[in-house]
Amino acid sequence: MRYLGLAPFGAYVLLFLALPTLLAVGTGFVDGDGALTASNIEALLDPVILTVFWNSIWLSALTAVTGAVLGALVCYALLETRPDGVLRSIVDSASGVLAQFGGVMLAFAFVSLIGIQGLLRVILQNNFGIDIYADGVWLYEVPGLVLPYIYFQVPLMIIVFLPALEALKPQWAEASATLGGTRATYWWRIGIPVLMPSFIGSLLLLFANAFSSYATAAALTSQGQGIVPLQIRAALTSETVLGRENLAGALALGMIVVMTLVMVLYSRLQRRASRWQQR
Amino acid sequence: MTRSLNRTHSPAPSRATRWIILGAVGLLFALPLVSMVEFTLRGGLEGGYTIDRWVTVFTGQLGPEFRQLWLAIGNSLLLAAVTVAIMLVLLVPTMILVQLSFPRLRHGLEFICLLPITIPAIVLVVGLAPVYSVVSRMFGSGVWTLAFAYGVLVLPYAYRAIQANLDSIDVKTLSEAARSLGAGWGTVLFRVLIPNLRRGILAASFIAVAVVLGEFTVASLLNRVNLQTALLIVNKADPYIAVIFALLSLLFAFVLLVVIGRVGSVSRKVRS
Repeated sequence: MRYLGLAPFGAYVLLFLALPTLLAVGTGFVDGDGALTASNIEALLDPVILTVFWNSIWLSALTAVTGAVLGALVCYALLETRPDGVLRSIVDSASGVLAQFGGVMLAFAFVSLIGIQGLLRVILQNNFGIDIYADGVWLYEVPGLVLPYIYFQVPLMIIVFLPALEALKPQWAEASATLGGTRATYWWRIGIPVLMPSFIGSLLLLFANAFSSYATAAALTSQGQGIVPLQIRAALTSETVLGRENLAGALALGMIVVMTLVMVLYSRLQRRASRWQQR
Repeated sequence: MTRSLNRTHSPAPSRATRWIILGAVGLLFALPLVSMVEFTLRGGLEGGYTIDRWVTVFTGQLGPEFRQLWLAIGNSLLLAAVTVAIMLVLLVPTMILVQLSFPRLRHGLEFICLLPITIPAIVLVVGLAPVYSVVSRMFGSGVWTLAFAYGVLVLPYAYRAIQANLDSIDVKTLSEAARSLGAGWGTVLFRVLIPNLRRGILAASFIAVAVVLGEFTVASLLNRVNLQTALLIVNKADPYIAVIFALLSLLFAFVLLVVIGRVGSVSRKVRS
């Protein structure tokens, strides 16, 4: 009886989170007539699909590492600024917007910057004689996603990594200084080792973020199928990809497997990192 | 003494280093935004710059071909409102209930609420398609029904904002005090707990609005019209107007988040 109060939320989560997830993954195991089949799962081993997964993975890894390093640098620059000051207020809000609000807007932004008639592309071409598209236009292919993805990864890194950097205790710096340590010793022997689990954890979160991102790629390439989410779009909108129905389900399962691996690693690292963040 | 020790051995970067890093990254991040603004100001074939398009947008002279866009903005605002309502009606009471009566379920609730981070929206869509064919039979195919899916997408953000607020007040003592003075559960909820949670709820609502206004994946694949899907369609007809609206919505979201930041820093001050 006491548990009745939990029922509305429970029903909602069951219907709109658990059920869709199970359906998405489950359809990968049945064919068009509802009979069990492994052919969709076998399709995951198709060279085309493997290439697509590989594209998604290297794109996510590359942008996660670049984003994490740049973002950590910004966090370092923000160290010991006033948390309620104007600078932090602007950086926090801008990071929030750019990390959340990507998608279609980002596609527009990069077309206007490095599209065929883009501002930067034209300036480089006319004033410096550099043609960034000498080997063909790559903006609408998978490599074209690298810059827009970094654009939303750095803000996310700032959001998730800054709290870890701020949890460094000033006493550690004082202790290091009292024992004759320089700033370099402090960072090399104390700061970096303490922050490492948080850094890797944030890196994994960035990887997951890029891996599951769909909107930017969809807006930039209306026909492309270079990464897994776009392949899911193709499988959803036309039933005939590779002659297999319900391929979308199998692709969804593949994505969930990768995401689960990443998030399990993440929560382990987070537990390790939280040792240093207790106040 | 401490001061000089801090100065020379502080791990923080020097002023110059700080501004070089922030300046360089800030410049790189400003480039695409500047190029968007430049794009909207470009004159047609004859070149040069013009602010005509901004004037057209702000004086409401957009032609009938952009009616779709206004409709889409209306849809997105409606979706934002319904999503916030779902959050307030379903999530907030459940979180209070768990905090009060089922502390053992807290980790379970946290796990469920953070789960949507692990399940990409594109995966959710694959399973939502059949769910929505049932939903539209029950509630009709109105665009507002999309808010059920959006409620799930905002769960992690909403949960974090509200839980941070719940942790900072003593729910148990407050409600027991009210109960012992003869208040019913309704009074406890609406006159004691919710007023104390208004900062968390406000922050959660703002972030929900920002997420909904930026949402593309679910709407696009379930063939519903919202701000983002309409921007993409308008972009094919008139890219300049589409970019102007993208910039405006970006600005709106930025202001929204500055407000959240203010709300948050006020609550930080109160706590300390």
